Amino acid sequence: MSTPILQVQDLQVTYYTDAGRAKALDNVSFTLNSGEKMGLVGESGSGKSTMALAMMRMIKPPGRIEGGKVIVDGTDLVTLSDGEMLKARLSKIAYIPQGAMNSLNPVMRIGAQMTDAIRAHDSSISNSAMTERCMQSLESVDLKREVFKMYPHELSGGMKQRVCIAIGILLKPKVIIADEPTSALDVVTQRQVMETINRIQKDLGCAVILIGHDMGLMAQSMDKVAVMYAGKLVEISTVRQMFTHPFHPYGQALIHSLPNLDNKGVLQGIPGLAPSLLRIPSGCAFHPRCSKATEKCMVVTPRLQQQPDGRFVSCLLYEEDKVTA
Amino acid sequence: MYLVRRVLFLLFVIWVTSTIIFFIPRISPRNPIRERLAELSRSTGYAPKDLEKIVQAYNQKFGLDKPLAQQYAEYMGSVLRGDLGPSLNQYPKTVWELILEALPWTIGLLISTTLISFVLGNMLGALTAWPKSPRWVKGLMAPMMMLQGVPPYLLGLLLIFFVAFRAKLLPMGGAYEIGTRVSFTAQFIFDVLRHQLLPGLALVLSSVAFWALGMRGMGITIQGEDYVNFAEHKGLGAMVIFRDYYVRNALLPQVTGLALAFGQVIVSGVLVEQLFGLPGLGGLLGKAITANDYFVIFGIAFFIIISVTVLMLLVDIVYPLLDPRIRIDSK
Repeated sequence: MSTPILQVQDLQVTYYTDAGRAKALDNVSFTLNSGEKMGLVGESGSGKSTMALAMMRMIKPPGRIEGGKVIVDGTDLVTLSDGEMLKARLSKIAYIPQGAMNSLNPVMRIGAQMTDAIRAHDSSISNSAMTERCMQSLESVDLKREVFKMYPHELSGGMKQRVCIAIGILLKPKVIIADEPTSALDVVTQRQVMETINRIQKDLGCAVILIGHDMGLMAQSMDKVAVMYAGKLVEISTVRQMFTHPFHPYGQALIHSLPNLDNKGVLQGIPGLAPSLLRIPSGCAFHPRCSKATEKCMVVTPRLQQQPDGRFVSCLLYEEDKVTA
Repeated sequence: MYLVRRVLFLLFVIWVTSTIIFFIPRISPRNPIRERLAELSRSTGYAPKDLEKIVQAYNQKFGLDKPLAQQYAEYMGSVLRGDLGPSLNQYPKTVWELILEALPWTIGLLISTTLISFVLGNMLGALTAWPKSPRWVKGLMAPMMMLQGVPPYLLGLLLIFFVAFRAKLLPMGGAYEIGTRVSFTAQFIFDVLRHQLLPGLALVLSSVAFWALGMRGMGITIQGEDYVNFAEHKGLGAMVIFRDYYVRNALLPQVTGLALAFGQVIVSGVLVEQLFGLPGLGGLLGKAITANDYFVIFGIAFFIIISVTVLMLLVDIVYPLLDPRIRIDSK
C-alpha cells in the first residue's frame, strides 16, 4: 500500500470538568491509507465523537487537545494556526454530521449554504464556476439540480443527509469523517445513503472514517474496524478478522452480543457498564467487565501492539511474553 | 384569500376595541364640560349664575344629552366617515387637528428610539451570547438588566437632574427653545435634536435590555443548533457564521416583538413626554385623560389600535420573507 493519507499519533483530549479531568482520548494512534474505509465503533461515551471533533480541531472548552498529531496528506493539523485550520476543514478533512435533520440552516437556500463554504476557501472563484461545482456535487449524491434553489424544510431526511454529504465533498477532501450519518434514517434510506458514501469514496479515492453503532453496516461496507473503549483504541483489524475471530475480549464480547441465525432469541450482552471517563479503572480499563482478566490486568496498562496477522490489539493476553514487570 | 381573512379579522378587532374605549370614559360620573367650565370660572374669577344652562347647551351641541346607545351609533358613524369629533377641552379644535399636531413629535421620538433600541439591544444581546465576544461585552449584561428595572420616567428624572440641571449640558425640557419659530432650518432642527436627546436616552436605556435579553436567550439556543456547528465544520469564518447562521435565526421572534412594542411604546412614552414637556401624543393622551376629554381619548386610542393592527398585519406579510418555513398558503 501507498503512504498513509492520515496518521493520528498519540492524540490526547482532556475535558476539564467541575468533577475533575476526563481523559476522553488517551494516546490514540492509527493510520489510514487513501481509499481505505474504517469503521469506528464503541459504546456511547467511549470517545468516538470526541475523536472526530479532535481531528477537525473542533474540541470546545472545557475540552482541550493535550498532545499528539493529526497528519493529513503530510500536514499536521494540530500545529496549524486557527486561520489555516479554517482552510483545512473541508479541503483536507471533511465532516459529515450526525443529526443531518438539523444540520442545515433553515433560513438559507441549499445553494447559499454550499457556496458560502466554497467562498470561505477560495475568494477568487467566479459565481458561475461555483454554482456549477455545487450542481455537480449535488448530482454526485443523486440529488436533482433543483435542490440548489430549495430550502432545507422542503427536503426529506434522506435528502438532507445527502446535501450534507454533497457539502462534505465540495472541495474533494482527502479524509471524510462521517459521524453516524445514517442514525436518524430508516433502513432503506440508510442503505441508499451508505451506497452513496461508498461511491463517493471510490470516485474521490479519499479515506473514510465511519462512526457508528451498527455492526451490520460496518460489516457490509467497511475495510477495517476500530474498537474504542474508555477513550482508547483497543483493537484495529480488518472486517473479516473482526467478525470471524476478534482478539480483544471486548471485541469478542461485542461480536457475541450480535444476533445471528444459529442462536435466535438468545442475545449475550456485555456485563457491567462503560466506565465514567472521570474514574477510569487502573491497568486495563476493561478489566472489571472482562471474563479473562487476571491480577496483572488491574495493574499493568496494555499498549496497542501489532499482532503477527497485521491487526492491532491492546490487551495483556497478547503481550504476555513481552511484558516483564 | 388569506389576506382577506386577515383583514376581516383585523376590522373585527378594531371594532371591538374601539367599542370598549368608547364606553370606558363615559362610565365615569364626571362631566368634562362642567369640569372645564368650572375650571374656567375659577381661573377668571367670573362665576356665571346659569352655569348649568351653559353645560346643557354644550351637552346638546356635542350630542352628549342623547341616550348612550344613540351617541355610540352616531359617533361610530362619524368615525367611519373619518371624523373623530371635536375636543371637549380645547374646543373648537378637532381631535384630528390635535393628533396631527402631536404626531410628528411622537413619530420623531418614540418610533426612532424604539428602532434604535431594537437594533442596539439585538446587537448587544447577540454579542453577549456569542462565545467569542470579548469579556467586557459579556459584562454589559448586568448594567443593562439594572437599567431595565428602572422605569423610563425615573431615568428621565435622573437625567434631567444630572445632565440638564447640574451639568447644564442639555436643556431640561420642551420641544425647542422658547421663542424660536417652527421652521425647517438647520439651526431649528439641531435645536430640536438637542431637546430630544435626553428623553430619547431615557427611553432607549430603559428598553434596550428588553431586546438584549430576548436576543441573548434566543442566541444561546441557536448556538447549540447543529447547523451552527456544521457551519464551523465547513470552515466558515466567525463573521459569516455570526451573521448568516446565528443572528439571522435568532432574530426571527424578535421581529414579532417589534410590532407589539410599537403599541406599547406610546404608553411608556406618555410619562416621558409629560416629564420633558414634549407636545407628543403621549402628552396629549395624558392631558385628555385628566380632563376626561372623551373624544380625544377615543381618537388617540383608536389611532394606536389602528397603527398596531396594521403593523401586525405588515409583520405577518413580511415574516415569510424572513423565514421561508412560513409561507402563506395560496389556497
